[in-house]
This record gives sequence, C-alpha cells and structure tokens, in this order.
Amino acid sequence: MHRYIIRRMLMLIPVMLGVSFIVFTIMFFTPGDPARILLGERAPAAEIAALRTQMGLDDSFLVQFFNFVRNALRGDLGRSLVTRRPVAEELFARFPATLQLAATAVVIAVAIGIPVGIISAIRQYSLFDGTAMTIALIGVSMPNFWQGLMMILLFSVYLGWLPSSGIGTFAHLIMPAITIGTSSAALITRMTRSSMLEVIRQDFIRTARAKGLDERVVINRHALKNALIPVITVIGLQFGYLLGGAVLTETVFAWPGVGRLMVDAIRQKDFPMVQGGVLLLALAFSAVNLIVDILYAYIDPRIKAQYK
Amino acid sequence: MDKEKDKELQPSHPESGYAIEGASEQASVVDGAPHSEPVGRKEPKQRGQWAEVWRRLKRNRMAMFGFAVILIIVLTAIFADVIAPYSFREQNLRRIAESPSMDHLLGTDELGRDIFSRIIYGTRISLQVGFVAVSISVIAGGFLGALAGYYGNKLDNVIMRFMDILLAIPSILLAIAIVSAFGGGLVNVMIAVGISSIPVYARIVKASVMSIKEQEFIEAARAVGARDLRIIFKHVLPNAMAPIIVQGTIGVANAILSAAGLSFIGLGIQPPTPEWGAMLSGGRMFIRTAPHIATFPGVAIMITIFALNLLGDGLRDALDPRLKQ
Repeated sequence: MHRYIIRRMLMLIPVMLGVSFIVFTIMFFTPGDPARILLGERAPAAEIAALRTQMGLDDSFLVQFFNFVRNALRGDLGRSLVTRRPVAEELFARFPATLQLAATAVVIAVAIGIPVGIISAIRQYSLFDGTAMTIALIGVSMPNFWQGLMMILLFSVYLGWLPSSGIGTFAHLIMPAITIGTSSAALITRMTRSSMLEVIRQDFIRTARAKGLDERVVINRHALKNALIPVITVIGLQFGYLLGGAVLTETVFAWPGVGRLMVDAIRQKDFPMVQGGVLLLALAFSAVNLIVDILYAYIDPRIKAQYK
Repeated sequence: MDKEKDKELQPSHPESGYAIEGASEQASVVDGAPHSEPVGRKEPKQRGQWAEVWRRLKRNRMAMFGFAVILIIVLTAIFADVIAPYSFREQNLRRIAESPSMDHLLGTDELGRDIFSRIIYGTRISLQVGFVAVSISVIAGGFLGALAGYYGNKLDNVIMRFMDILLAIPSILLAIAIVSAFGGGLVNVMIAVGISSIPVYARIVKASVMSIKEQEFIEAARAVGARDLRIIFKHVLPNAMAPIIVQGTIGVANAILSAAGLSFIGLGIQPPTPEWGAMLSGGRMFIRTAPHIATFPGVAIMITIFALNLLGDGLRDALDPRLKQ
C-alpha cells in the first residue's frame, strides 16, 4: 500500500517538470521583451541590454529553463512585470479565495449529484429520472460565465437578494459557488446514475435480491459501495477543472482569486504571473488527483491487493 | 496517470481506458459492441453496421431532436446571408442597446448592431471553431494514440507520459496560456482549443487500438504482408471509429464552450467578428441597463451545446446496445 502511494507521488515529479517545461516554452516564445516591458518603451537600449543580462534573458533556452525550475523549487517564480512584487507571494495571497470557491462548489455538486443520480438510477425512466436527466444536460450545456451573469441579473439586479461581486460574507460566496458547481453537479449526477445502473445489473445484486434482502439493504449495502468508486475519480477530476474553470467565474463575480489575477495579468502582458498561475493551478489539480488516487486505493481492495 | 490502470481493475470495464475530459462518465460506456467484436466476418458488410446504428439512433427521440437542431444550425450558418435581416457589422448609433422590437427581433447591442443578425452569423464562427478544433485534436490525438497502442512498449510510454503532462494542465488553462502567448483571433483559438484536447483522443484511440490489434483479422493482414501503416489506417482505425465519433460530438460542444470562454475574457475572437462569447462579453457591462445584450448570445450557445450533447448521448447509446437492455 505504501509502495503504491510512494510510487504515485514520485510520478508527480516528472509530470510537474513536464508541465513547467510546456508552460515555460509557451511563455519563452511569446513575442515581447520582459526587460522592455519593465523599463518602458522609451528606455535606452543600453539599459535594456543591461537588465536583460541581469535577468538572465540572454542565456540559452535550456539554461533559462534550468534556472526557472531551480528557482521555482525554492518558491521563487520571478517578479511580476507590473507590480514588481514576487509572483509567488501574489499567487499565494489569492489562492485561498480560489480554493474556498472550488471547495464550496464541489460540496454543492456532490450534495446534489450523488443523491439525484442514485434516485434516477433506481427509478430509471421514471418522471423523476427524465426530469433530472434533462436538467443535468442543460446544466452541462450552459456556459458558466453566462449562467453567472444570468444569476446576477435575477438575484442582484431584479430581486436584490445577493451581492453581485466581491468577497467577504457568505452571501458573496453563494452565486459564484453555484455557478461553478452547476456543471459539476450535472456531471456527477450523470456519472452516479450510469455507474449505479451498471452495478444494479450485475449478478451479485441479483443474488442479494434473490436471498430476499430488503431492497433498501441491497441498494445501500451492496450497490452503492460499488457504484460510488468510479464517481470518486470524477469528483477529483471535477475539483481540478473547477480550479481551472474558476478563471471565468471569478472574472464574472470580481472574485479576488488566482483566476482573476491571471486574467488581469494576461491583459497587462505580465507573463511571469501567467506562467506562475498556470503552474500553481496545474500543481493543485495534480495534487487533488493524487489524493483521489490514494483514497481510491483505500476504498478499492483490488488495488490494495495488487500492492500487498 | 493511474486512472487508466484503476479502470482496468474494474471488472465491468473490460478494456476501457477512456478518461473523457469533462464528461468522464462516458468512461465505461463507449467500449463494447462495434469494435470489440471480431470483425473478420463483418468486413464485407461494414455499411450494415452503420445502418444498424442509424436505425437505433432514429428510435431515440431526444437524439433525433438534437440532430434536427444541429441541422437547423448548420443550415443557418450556410444561409446566414439570406436569413439575417441586417449585416453583422452595421452600426446604428441612434439605436443603441434597444430592447427587442419588431425592427430588431432580439434588440440591438451596445453599438446599435442587430443582435439577431449577429447571432445568425455567429453560427458560422462557432461551428467552424468546433469542427476545426476537434479535427485538430482527433487527428493529432488519434495519430499519437494509434502509434502508442499499436507499437506499445517504449513508444507507448513516451507518448502517454507526454499526454499525462498535458492532462495535468486543466484544458481551459492550457488554451489560455497558448492564446495569451500567441494572441487571440479565430485561427489561434482553434489551435489552442484543439491542442488542449489532444490527450483525450489519444487515450481513447490507444485503448481501442490495443484491443483491436490482438484480433485475428489483424494477424491475417500481417500474415499477407501488409505494412504497419496500412494495417493501422485500413484495418485498425476504422474499427476504432465508434468511441471517436461519440467523443468528437461532445468535443465539438466543449470546443465551442472553450472558445466562447476565451472570447469572454477578451482572449479569443476579436470584434467585430460576431462570436457568441465575445458578444456576451460586450454585453456584460450593460447587464443592469440592457440585459438582453448578454442574454441572447448565451441562449444561442446553450441551445447549440444542448443539441450536440443530446446527439452525442444518443450516438453513444446507439453504438453500445449493451446499455439499452
């Protein structure tokens, strides 16, 4: 078991190196000279050249990448070209807000998705099932930035119940969290349903019923346990996508998280910030998946057995 | 990552390694019938198989509804010049941000342009983005997946680890990084969205190819001296089409959503091109005074995505009869 966890954690290293490489490469070939952006358009050429040397921008690609990774490992992601403050500092200041949003959204998505999915599966083709599946499909089909705007329109502009932007109170959290959580709720509903349906048709369920077990026991004790295993993976993946998807929703609700920081950075051509933001969110995404995989190994005895 | 392995451990998913982005629930459902049966007997009646799929699809009312809506959208795109009452760039500064009326069915936007006409022209952009982006991911992902699945071993390892790395970056973020570096515009958006979905198709194709290449008809082809590339393109890939088609349909929907999202944050398709996400973004400032500007483009996106998802679901069921008792 420990071997599995360790092996799984070690795999994260090459993946993160690769992610750094991709992100670094994309930003490296971006037109625009960071030294010039820092000093302004009118700076004398000699000064720009001096700063380029100082920043190591004249080194070869591989040397620069090596330095970038070495610094990143020390927690140094460079300085913002706009605020001049360390990128890591700015990102970490914003990260809790994004995490809070994504975590709330996951809770909402799970709280809706799993029960609805189970009921839909048990009563396949019923009115409940049909309605739930249609709503779920609509939920997947709505662009979340648009859903956010529509919620602002309804709950802030027309009804005046909730604040349309900002952070602070619980009321501020409701709309952005629901907006981000909707499509995940829909996906988890669909996944739970199809996973449940697949399990219900298996022989061991027939056996349980044939033994004369109460239907409730069959579902709770036998079916659920097996059906939820693949759902957990999806929840983990969704959590990751929520971190990424927060970019759009945070913009809509002026939520001061990493996503909005990145959108602002993109507008201002603050490449170290964009680079750092992508890295941070990718790392968070991978970390969540790692945790899910480990959880998975605890829940699914088949994996445990393999690594005994 | 280990997702693939985990799935293989579940008895109910015999050979599925498809971790499908965004819609991971399909993981278990696309495998099965069309490609995993021995195809040797079926080779001469390939058409028969697709006719059967079509027959099953026709019985699915929701899927046919989705299909009909998509047909209407495609026709709208083709005949946009005839249908649209105004040009998509014609500004009427006397009639800015007007609510819907008989003159302007869906009102006018912040520059006095007819929203209805812009949405109609927008079908061209969205369909184009959807199909081109998915084509990029299917071709690149399919090629890499086929190589990995067919040759296995080292090549498989190299390709799939690279795919793992791409998968570690949430696809919208990857697209944002690419577009923010190389600039927006239709072409860059299509490339960025296309690249960010490559791993999804690589995994699907790899899983199918691995199961197909062990079958007898492939051995037969090899025995008569067919070369690898011929075997891959003539025999393996055609039998791996089912899951690609299903994922591709849903992929078009995802691509349209991603592109609209990029345009929404100002990174995508630039004005005056009538892209739905960009229109929405323009209307955002007027959400209090003229909410219709942001509302209608969103409805257009939603209808399109909904129809594509209905069709995708229907195709999946039609291609995998195991699920429909």
